[in-house]
Amino acid sequence: MLELKDINFKRDGKQILNNINLKLDTKKFIAITGPNGSGKSTLAKIIMGIEMPDSGNIIFDGKDITKLSITERAKLGIGFAFQQPVKFKGLTVKDMINIAADTELKMKEICDYLSDVGLCAKEYIEREVDNSLSGGELKRIEIAMLEAKKSKITIFDEPEAGIDLWSFNSLIQVFKKMREEIQGTIITITHQERILDIADEIVLLVNGKIEKVGKKEEVFENKKFVASVCKFLEKGENVNE
Amino acid sequence: MNSIEKKLLKQIADIEKTPQGAYNLREDGKKVERKTTANIDIVSKTDKDGMDIIIKENTKNESVHIPVILTKSGMKDLVYNDFFVGKNADVVIVAGCGIHNSSCDTSQHDGIHRFFLEEGAKVKYIEKHYGEGDGNGKRILNPVTEVYLKSGAFLEMETVQIKGVDSTVRTTKGEIDKDATLIVKEKIMTHGDQDAKTFFEVNLNGENSRTNVISRSVAKDNSKQEFVSKVYGNNVCFGHVECDAIIMDKGQVSSLPQVTAKHIDASLTHEAAIGKIAGEQLIKLMSLGLTEKEAEEQIINGFLK
Repeated sequence: MLELKDINFKRDGKQILNNINLKLDTKKFIAITGPNGSGKSTLAKIIMGIEMPDSGNIIFDGKDITKLSITERAKLGIGFAFQQPVKFKGLTVKDMINIAADTELKMKEICDYLSDVGLCAKEYIEREVDNSLSGGELKRIEIAMLEAKKSKITIFDEPEAGIDLWSFNSLIQVFKKMREEIQGTIITITHQERILDIADEIVLLVNGKIEKVGKKEEVFENKKFVASVCKFLEKGENVNE
Repeated sequence: MNSIEKKLLKQIADIEKTPQGAYNLREDGKKVERKTTANIDIVSKTDKDGMDIIIKENTKNESVHIPVILTKSGMKDLVYNDFFVGKNADVVIVAGCGIHNSSCDTSQHDGIHRFFLEEGAKVKYIEKHYGEGDGNGKRILNPVTEVYLKSGAFLEMETVQIKGVDSTVRTTKGEIDKDATLIVKEKIMTHGDQDAKTFFEVNLNGENSRTNVISRSVAKDNSKQEFVSKVYGNNVCFGHVECDAIIMDKGQVSSLPQVTAKHIDASLTHEAAIGKIAGEQLIKLMSLGLTEKEAEEQIINGFLK
């Protein structure tokens, strides 16, 4: 279980996260949503250790991990799929998936991960993770890496952005498979109503504060409101908080 | 062969015993072992130190290994090797120099290699440089490569200098005829106070001649690197020069790609990128469980792979 206690984060005079208190149960599928600039990505980075909070504590499986490095958190079982995947000259898709899995995987295993994200393994396995790949391809490879990492908690920062050619159903299948096989928690930062639909719990973040936590119908009280919020949220993709 | 010699050979030519195909091992300025084949002859030069490697036309799937090792310090070795590759031959040539210097004297090897490829010949040329030894003596390597490609010939040259060479000046020149292609892939890593300079000059003389010069380098500690490449498009041709470098610590890299078009249909491009390892690359690999140091190593190993 992951617990955030009184997390505050301020940069350039702006309170980006304001006293965040949140308990996220194991094995759940959690969606964090909210308008652009509400602090969603910052919250994800704070869980991974990429940003350090000004105050507050992060408890993971009963252990205070607030001061632990990115590496230490990764080893404890936290994973993070970047919104904008990072490119590496010279490192191949196979290299990256092996690093994520922390072992030399069999060819078939790598192929299975790539198939899950809709890529033909034969064509991709030896490709370098660099500019020769499109944004959508990089995004899918990023998701395959996190699938191979098998973390207790995996955070996806807007996994839907840039994968328009690939169906949402496949993405949802990957989430489902990860939950079944790894028995892990998935936290997804999303603007997509179809992902909100399948979430066990939705966290609505507005101006750095948690506005509501609950099922979709509880968070967005009536359907009309849901539709308008989702429409509003979907408009603002690809903006880094 | 003692263990030092074995290790040097493994490093530069990836061989542990006499390889298949034609072979010439030179140690401390002298020929130690030589093997020729029905299609590949190796003849010592009579006017100066060095050899002529003569590959018959239509020779296919054969290889030539000509490693050089220096184990005596204070040795200054200068050698001229000429490769004559017959029409439509298709061969792999592996050269390289390993220096073990454990004294205070300078060890130096300057290899001057010339490649004459006849029509339609195809060569993959691999050259590795490596230095080791705990003495203060300098380990110096100054290779010169000249490439003459007749019509339809193809030469891919892969040069690697990863460790232990204190000072190097590499000079490569190419004259490329019709439909011929020269590909150069250079990988250099310098550390300590090392110094590496690379000069390329390629003349694209023939119609549809092509060249692609790619340099990837890492400069660590106080080391310095300079990359100068000049490509002249004298006909309908295609040329590309690329220099990618990672700098660490107080390393310095200077890149000067120069392309000159002398024909209206010459298509020449260049790109150069120098910078430290991107923070987001480190963060990504750390989020997969690597330490910062391990992440750095992965990035560099991949970059120079």
